[in-house]
Amino acid sequence: MAQNKVAPPKTSFFAGLMRNQIFIPIAALLLLTIFNLIADPSFFKITLAENSNGDPVLNGYLITVIDYGSELAILALGMTLVTAASGGQDISVGAAIAISGSVMLRVLCGSDSRAETMQAPIIVAFLISCVVAMLFGAFNGSLVAFFKIQPMVATLILFTAGRSIAAWINHNELPIVKDVSFSYFGNYFPGVPIPTPFFIAVICFIATWALLKFTTLGLYVQSVGINEKTSRLNGLNPELIKLLTYVFLGLCVAVAGFIKVSRLSTINYSVIAKDIEMDAILAVALGGNALSGGKFNMGSSILGAYVIQYLTTTLYKFKVNADALPAYKAVVVILLVIMSAPVVREKFAQLTKKLRANKEHTQAANAASN
Amino acid sequence: MREKSLLEMRGIYKSFPGVKALQNVDFTLCEGEIHALMGENGAGKSTLIKVLTGVHVKDEGDIFLKGHDKAVQIRSPKDAQKLGISTVYQEITLCPNLSVAENIFIGRGDGHMVNWRSMNKKADELLESLGINVKGSQQLASCSIAVQQMVAIARAVDMDCQVLILDEPTSSLDESEVAKLFVLMRKLKARGVGIIFVTHFLDQVYEVCDKITVLRDGKLVGEYEIENLPRVELVSKMLGKELDDMASIKSDTSDSGVDMNSEPVYEGKGLCSTEGISPFDFNIRRGEINGFTGLLGSGRSECVRTIFGADKVTGGTVKMEGTEVKINKPIDAMKHGIAYLPEDRKRDGIIGDLSVKDNIKLALQVKTGFFKPFSNAKANEFANEYIKLLDIKTASVNTPIKSLSGGNQQKVILARWLLTHPKYLILDEPTRGIDVGTKVDIQKLMLKLASEGMCVTFISSETDEMLRTCSRLLVMRDRKLVGELTGDQLTQKTIMDTIAGGDKNGTE
Repeated sequence: MAQNKVAPPKTSFFAGLMRNQIFIPIAALLLLTIFNLIADPSFFKITLAENSNGDPVLNGYLITVIDYGSELAILALGMTLVTAASGGQDISVGAAIAISGSVMLRVLCGSDSRAETMQAPIIVAFLISCVVAMLFGAFNGSLVAFFKIQPMVATLILFTAGRSIAAWINHNELPIVKDVSFSYFGNYFPGVPIPTPFFIAVICFIATWALLKFTTLGLYVQSVGINEKTSRLNGLNPELIKLLTYVFLGLCVAVAGFIKVSRLSTINYSVIAKDIEMDAILAVALGGNALSGGKFNMGSSILGAYVIQYLTTTLYKFKVNADALPAYKAVVVILLVIMSAPVVREKFAQLTKKLRANKEHTQAANAASN
Repeated sequence: MREKSLLEMRGIYKSFPGVKALQNVDFTLCEGEIHALMGENGAGKSTLIKVLTGVHVKDEGDIFLKGHDKAVQIRSPKDAQKLGISTVYQEITLCPNLSVAENIFIGRGDGHMVNWRSMNKKADELLESLGINVKGSQQLASCSIAVQQMVAIARAVDMDCQVLILDEPTSSLDESEVAKLFVLMRKLKARGVGIIFVTHFLDQVYEVCDKITVLRDGKLVGEYEIENLPRVELVSKMLGKELDDMASIKSDTSDSGVDMNSEPVYEGKGLCSTEGISPFDFNIRRGEINGFTGLLGSGRSECVRTIFGADKVTGGTVKMEGTEVKINKPIDAMKHGIAYLPEDRKRDGIIGDLSVKDNIKLALQVKTGFFKPFSNAKANEFANEYIKLLDIKTASVNTPIKSLSGGNQQKVILARWLLTHPKYLILDEPTRGIDVGTKVDIQKLMLKLASEGMCVTFISSETDEMLRTCSRLLVMRDRKLVGELTGDQLTQKTIMDTIAGGDKNGTE
């Protein structure tokens, strides 16, 4: 109809950015930065100090953000694809991290949970935990893809059972890896002042970028998420693609689990990666991706993940009680979510347009009176 | 106001950012009149109706209604309803899980307790007086689409509407249902209700309407008595040019250049699917255009869906150019060079949020393979080539397809399949719900492709379109293939007879 005739878009750089979904996490990042600058600029101080191993490492709140934000950002990669393809979220990633971490420790320690030496190379343990995590991902994925169960309900099963399974794998013992080289992956490599998890995350980003660049996965996932029927008629297999995204998330879980257990060289089944699924989902939402599936922007999700960690670290810095932390976070989340809601953005866009029109009007009037 | 006129709209203006949707449009509706509102997509029909029903507020102009001295103000759909203006849309806007009676009376209670028995009784009386064959206590979802539409009309009538707007009510009805709807419309006309009828079907306009108002590019072209405006003239008024005659695209079917002794490009025997059509045989040769015809629900779409593997295929053998192949799912068909433009564009055709570019490249990309994505430059090249070739009107290749008009969306889907360079193209209702100009474009394109050696299967609800293009018609009735018409048999009458059945014509 007439109103569908698209007028050529008038874009200034700023307006273009406003319309881009990455605007939301960037705005959040800026707001937090401004807040920290005003409240206490020492937040941004980075120092070189010796850690417990006697190696010089970088220290500071920003380093904490890129360190502890890594697991979240890695999970956000998989969660973004799962959300886009299936229009739902996997709430079992925390429990799945417990499982994959537990498997890893089991392989490393063998039957003796206090073994002095590692019973298998780290890479073998990691690969086995990858396979296990991908199998659990495939389990979730097949419930969603073939049995058409709501993703949140389907993954509720593993969410409930996961931590018990994790404990069962090690007969409820808490194995400890005594070899210090295992702890490098969650902390620092000797002589490298930047935390290893950040490097691992960057490798994951590059791998995902390559996956999206050199395969058609991105197009397929978006097609399936937007219109499953059309996708099928264009030769795609929507079930397989959904399943694939859950398997991919499984791989992300294994990597995140590796970092988590390496940080402590041991595991606590009930606490490890607790509530991380909510943060991962939030990262996707904060990145401006529709939680109902369809189009996605991976970079935006990654940024979203780091913004969440930035927020958490900021709150810690200001000595917010750990128990009260979620409440503070919730307030910020409410603001962000409202800000990113299409209704609000539309209203905002209208408002700026009106203001600009008014300005032009007054300018024209001034010019006329002169 | 003129005498006897029920509704007058004078000098209506309405603009949207960047578009003047209506400019100085007049519209007059008399008592007991069925008035067709015609125009191509984008002519302003919908905007005019939305102004009248309060969905959009007009920028300028006056609306007069019978029984009101001054011009009336319509600011919301609620206002329109109070003034006795009701609309029945193409998509049913009732609640399928409630009963017919509840649907008729919902939202109109004055807060009293509901007396179910009297409500059902009142509904039954109303439905009977309108000749709608349904019980008030029946659940709405159990009725056919046509009956649901009539219930929507009954609801409007019971709200004392003087002006009834029917926006494309017939596009999902088959012929017998359309006939029933027309009976109802005539009944309302006799009661003095004024009906505004929006449709793309010219046949229906000439069957039921008294007057025609034509809009073009947001401006009024004119108001005509039906008997003074022959079809060809109507079409040329809608298009704004002397039509380079729809009739002239008719190919000479007697020498369509199809060698009927050559090996078929596609040959299927005993095909059937889970959608409950009886097994059928089908073949098509190089350069041939054939078509499936039959009433809505006769199984014509199911046949082509079986050929493409869109539904689950349960039996039959398929030969492509002589070699036996298996086609069980769409990707199999695509690999063998078959392309399928589905009937329901919105549900099965477009990927709404994706750009025009991504929509065009999709099928070829899937065919090419997972590890060989096209570069952005390549995708742009594809898109621009077909945007030019098919004259697709879009702001850019990156515009989401859902913001294009129906006809342009259809062209994008067509581009998607042409890009795969198919040997065999199946078009299921490619011309439904799109403007006349695009319809002609698509038919011409079909003939051109066939002359280049492609084979095409075409399905359309408008028989004359099929007569104009097809050299062979397969007739479906009650999910069975009941006849095959060629050569001299290709006339409206033989087709009707074969569809109706009980005649020797063409029955095998």
